Amino acid sequence: MHFEFDIEAGDFSKVGYASSQLKKIMKQLVGDHKIVKRVVVALYEAEVNVVAHAYSGKVIIDINTDKIEIKVNDKGPGIPDIQLAMQEGYSTASEQVREMGFGAGMGLANIKNNTDEFYIKSEVGVGTSLTIIANLITE
Amino acid sequence: MKVKEVVEIISGELICCESMNEVEVQMGFASDLMSDVLTLDSENVLLITGLANLQAIRTAEMSDISCIVFARKKKISKEMIELAKESNIALIECSSSVFKAAGLLYAAGINPVY
Repeated sequence: MHFEFDIEAGDFSKVGYASSQLKKIMKQLVGDHKIVKRVVVALYEAEVNVVAHAYSGKVIIDINTDKIEIKVNDKGPGIPDIQLAMQEGYSTASEQVREMGFGAGMGLANIKNNTDEFYIKSEVGVGTSLTIIANLITE
Repeated sequence: MKVKEVVEIISGELICCESMNEVEVQMGFASDLMSDVLTLDSENVLLITGLANLQAIRTAEMSDISCIVFARKKKISKEMIELAKESNIALIECSSSVFKAAGLLYAAGINPVY
């Protein structure tokens, strides 16, 4: 199954729409609700990052029988130092983002914690591409 | 503990929804920082917060949190109620501080997440 969602940057009223839709879809397909929760939390964190930092973004989701792959691509300022951005507590979020309850510098690390595979690449002045994969079958 | 008992203990008001009165919560977490809420992996969690916005509802939806107490006299908006109805999340208004609401619920048997 393949789904795509656009993310409007700067609009906090719509953040979480893609994650919410994915949760509804996954609840029908995946029996283990802990897996569903991990995946939707990871996507929600990624959506917040796009809305908080980028100019626009796209979520591309592919669900197979054994795994889900989610790409979150954004056009934005990019991340100059990914290793630094991955550190818990490091944040460049604005005051507005912090007032929304985010921007504590935990998002990327939490995305990684909630997925089985995590890949990120970024080009300054162009944007950031995140790919996350989660296994849907517990061994 | 049932949601209706939570309402009674903190002298709160259930704003959304009547159907959630019988839902059970076992653990509590208090935070205005949704980033922290998103790191929890416990179940049957009640969130106490002073952050009254749509992100609090979305965060609860993603984290499988079925009950939110809005402390410090924070008001729940129509948009928040609409979103909470879609995901079956109980919303409670409470005039106490987060500290007092958490204390009352802890004393009544709600366990901390950690």
